[in-house]
Amino acid sequence: MSNNLKTFTKGLIKENPILVLLLGCCPTLATTTSAINGMSMGLATTFVLVLSNIFISLLKGFIPDKVRIPCFIVVIASFVTLVQLLMQAYVPDIYETLGLFIPLIVVNCIVLGRAEAFASKNPVWPSLLDGLGMGLGFTLALTLLGCIREFLGSGSIFGLTILPETANILVFILPPGAFICLGFVIAIVNQFKKESH
Amino acid sequence: MKYLIIILSTILVNNVIFSQFLGICPFLGTSKKTSTALGMGAAVIFVLTLATLVTWLVNQYILIPLGLDKFMQTIAFILIIAALVQMVEIILKKISPSLYTALGVFLPLITTNCAVLGVSLTVVTKEFNYGGVAHMLSLGESIVYAVGIAIGFALALIIFAGVREHIDLMEPPKGMKGTPIALITAGILALAFMGFTGIV
Repeated sequence: MSNNLKTFTKGLIKENPILVLLLGCCPTLATTTSAINGMSMGLATTFVLVLSNIFISLLKGFIPDKVRIPCFIVVIASFVTLVQLLMQAYVPDIYETLGLFIPLIVVNCIVLGRAEAFASKNPVWPSLLDGLGMGLGFTLALTLLGCIREFLGSGSIFGLTILPETANILVFILPPGAFICLGFVIAIVNQFKKESH
Repeated sequence: MKYLIIILSTILVNNVIFSQFLGICPFLGTSKKTSTALGMGAAVIFVLTLATLVTWLVNQYILIPLGLDKFMQTIAFILIIAALVQMVEIILKKISPSLYTALGVFLPLITTNCAVLGVSLTVVTKEFNYGGVAHMLSLGESIVYAVGIAIGFALALIIFAGVREHIDLMEPPKGMKGTPIALITAGILALAFMGFTGIV
């Protein structure tokens, strides 16, 4: 059990896909203009990650080793299409804002990376936990970044106004703010990592 | 004139990296040296144009007539791109070994470059407004759009690599070393590119 727990928690902090491993930067920068956008993107990715990890783990005995990457991509692309259609039907507003980045989950390095490095070598239950941990770690980082950018750029968190409009620094919800914000968050993480050694 | 507007808008105003956030991984990964950046830029121009041509044709003449364009696009396009990259690699190896040695290392990386999938999905799904009328892009316009995006990517990559070579000589604070300082530099470059907003 403690082993399973470790599989689950490593994605949250120690091997956080964005803050530590630096995978999947494109959606991180593009969709974190507000906390709710970042969280939706994170949850959509988590959904794909968990389901593709489960299926790839179930199919690992049937997939020939030489064509495994195309097979993984087909499995992942199927689930991405599923998410795309579900979001279009139930949350059309969020789908509209996230736009192109929902189909682009297919080429998110985290999803294919976990399939190749973990799900194709492990049984179903640990694969599920690994996908869930990594996905939630991704969601956590995206929500954090979304909160910071929304707070600085439009003076609110999750749509809740905190600062008056005159205190807004518009650049933080524009593209340059995304780079600068992520740069500083990673710098802070690095600083703590070095101090703990 | 129409093509000139598309080119200007994709290279400078809607730069693929600094305003659309596509292809950030290779942007950070292959920008440590100017020579690598040149190789990657050339490979992206080549593959992106070819991939957009093929996916546009497949979408227009296979997916739409069969009524599959709403839910097969993502799967079909990523498989086409993966196969295309492999094929380009094999053909290049045979026809032009010198070009292959120059671009070879970068080709497999391009499959996971989201700019390629992103652009081929954008040109077939989005309506564009050039000259007052909103319409879907024709094949010619799509190709010009893809070339513009790819040149914008190469331009951003080469400028960034040039700046990064100089950063290497500096001594940033401990936590800032490596990626964080690179990201902040990219942010400042993005600010510079925002200056082009409104020229077309």
